[in-house]
Amino acid sequence: MSIALHLPALQVVIPLVSAPLAVLVRRADAAFLIVTAASWAAFATAIALWLGTGDGATISYAIGNWQPPWGIEYRVDRLSSFVLLIVSGMAAITLPYSRTSIEREIPHEQHYLFYAMFALCLTGLLGITITGDAFNIFVFLEISSLSSYVLIALGRDRRALMASYQYLVMGTIGATFIVIGIGLLYLMTGTLNLADMAGRLAQVGGTRPVLAALAFLTVGISLKLALYPLHQWLANAYTYAPSAVSAFLAATATKVSIYVLIRFYYSVFGESLVFEKLPLPEIMLLLSLAAMFAASAVAIFQHDLKRLFAYSSVAQIGYITLGLSFDSVTGLTASIVHLFNHAVTKGALFLLIGGAVAAVGGATLSRLSGLARVMPLTSFGIVLGGLSLIGVPGTAGFISKWYLILAALEKGQWWLAIAIVASSLLAVAYVWRFVEVAYFREPSADLATRREAPLGLLVPAWILVSTTLYFGLETSVTVGSAANAAAMLLGIGK
Amino acid sequence: MSIGTHFSYAVTVFLMVAGLFIVIARGNLIKKLVGLAIFQTSVYLLYIVPGKLIGGTAPILDDRFKLYSNPLPHVLILTAIVVGVATLALGLALAVRIREAYDTIEEDDILARDVDDCGADRQGK
Repeated sequence: MSIALHLPALQVVIPLVSAPLAVLVRRADAAFLIVTAASWAAFATAIALWLGTGDGATISYAIGNWQPPWGIEYRVDRLSSFVLLIVSGMAAITLPYSRTSIEREIPHEQHYLFYAMFALCLTGLLGITITGDAFNIFVFLEISSLSSYVLIALGRDRRALMASYQYLVMGTIGATFIVIGIGLLYLMTGTLNLADMAGRLAQVGGTRPVLAALAFLTVGISLKLALYPLHQWLANAYTYAPSAVSAFLAATATKVSIYVLIRFYYSVFGESLVFEKLPLPEIMLLLSLAAMFAASAVAIFQHDLKRLFAYSSVAQIGYITLGLSFDSVTGLTASIVHLFNHAVTKGALFLLIGGAVAAVGGATLSRLSGLARVMPLTSFGIVLGGLSLIGVPGTAGFISKWYLILAALEKGQWWLAIAIVASSLLAVAYVWRFVEVAYFREPSADLATRREAPLGLLVPAWILVSTTLYFGLETSVTVGSAANAAAMLLGIGK
Repeated sequence: MSIGTHFSYAVTVFLMVAGLFIVIARGNLIKKLVGLAIFQTSVYLLYIVPGKLIGGTAPILDDRFKLYSNPLPHVLILTAIVVGVATLALGLALAVRIREAYDTIEEDDILARDVDDCGADRQGK
C-alpha cells in the first residue's frame, strides 16, 4: 500500500496529531515548528488531493477499512478538495505570521497552547470538509468550534471573553440544530453516509420529517456561517480575537460552513427538494440582499477597523448565499469562486490590520489617522484588499461579482444586477473611511514615532495580497475548479 | 396521534423548547449554560428513543434473541455527550474568567461595561 492511497486520512490525522505533540513539548518554539510543519504537510496533501480530482474523479477512503455506508467514509471531490486547499493554505500562511503576532498578544507561557488549539481548529475544519458521514460533520464541527472559542478568548481585551462566550452559546445552538437535522434524516433513512442518504431520500422525499430536517439544518448552518440576521456573534468575535485568529477564522470558518450548506443542499437533499418544495430560494435571496445592504451600511459607521471589516464579512457572505439562491450553474460557480476570493481577501486584510495593531496598539480609526505616512506598505495592502472587496477589475473580488451579475442576468433579473453594483458602492464608502483616515490626515505625534510592521507580519500578508491580485487576472484555477464543482453538484442533483 | 403514543417526543420537544427559552430569556451566564445543557440533552432523547424497541436486546446473534434494538444511536449519543460536557466545561471556564474580568456574570451589566469600553476606545485613550 503506497502512502498516496492514504492521503485523505493523512489530511486530517497530521494536524490532529500535531496538537497533542505541541502540548507535550510545552515549549513555544518547538510547538510552533511542529504545528507549522503539520499545516504545510496538510497544504501539500490538499494540493495532491486537488490534483487527484482534476478529471472529475471522486476519491473515497474507508476509515479503518470499514466499508461505507457502514463505516465512516472520507470523500474527496472537486468541491471538497477546493475547500481543503483554501483552509490548509490559509493555515500554512497564518501560522508563520502568528509567531510574530502573538508575541504581543498572548503571554509567552501560553504560546504552546495557542498552537495546539490552532492545530485542533485546523483539524476540525479539514475534517468537516473531507468527511462523507453526517454525524462526523457534527463531531468535527464541534472540534473546530470549541477550539475557536478558546482562540478567541485568548484576545488581550476583556471583551474577547464575552465575545467568545456569546459565540459559544450561538455556535452550540447552531450545532445542536444541525444534530437535530441529522437525527431526523437518520430516522427517515437509517443511514449516516451522505451519498447513501441521498439515494434513500428519494423514497421519502417530501415527507414532513425530511422537510423539518432541511429547516433545522438550514438554520443551524446559517448560524455557523453568519447569514444575516444570524451574524450577531461574528462582529465581536473577529474584533477582539488575536490578529492571527481573526484572519484565520474570517478566511476559513464561515467558508467551511457554506461548504456544508452546499453539500447538504446539492449532494444530499438534491435541488428539486430544496428549491421547489420550500420557498428557500426566496428566503435566501431576501436575506442575502439584507446582508449585502444592511451589513455594508453598518460597516460604514464603525469606529474600529477590525469591526468594520467584520461587518463587511457578513455582507460578503451575502454575495455567496445570493449565488446559491439562483440555483443555476453560473450562480453556484459565483458562490464557490467568491468562497475562495473572499477567503484570500479577508485573510489578507485581517493580517495587515494585525500588523497595524501590533505597531499602533489598537485598530480604532482615530488611532490610525495618518497611518499611510508611517506604515505605507500596510496601508497600501489594506487599500488593495479593500478594492477587491469592492470588486474593482484586476482584483479577485471583480471575478466573483462578474459571475454573480452574469447569473442574475441569466435569470433575467436585471434589477438584481443593479443591486449587486449598488451594494458595491456601499463597500466603496467603508473602504474610503480607511483611505480618508490613513492618507488624508496627519499622524499624531505618538504615531509618527512608530515604524512599519515587522517582516514576519508583512510577508505573509503580502503573499495573500498578491494572491488576491493574481487571481483577479488569472482565473483558470479558481473559476475552473468552481465551474467543475458546480457542474458536478448540479449533475448529481438532477 | 395522541400525546400518549408520542409521549417520548412530547418530552423531547418540551425539553428542547424549555432549554432554548432559558438560553434566550435569562441574563445570568450560568443559567444560560444550564439552558444550553438542557437543550443539548433533549437531542440525546431524540436519537435514543427511536432506536429502542420494547423487549429488544443488543444485537447478539443467538437463537434466544429475536428482537434487536439499534445500538448505533447510543454510540452516536455517547459522542454527543462528550461534546456536550466539553462545551459546558468551556462555557463555565469562560464564565469564571468573565467574572474575574468584569466582577459580574449578569449579561446586562457586562454589556453596559462593554459600551463604556467602546466609548473609551473611540476617544482614543
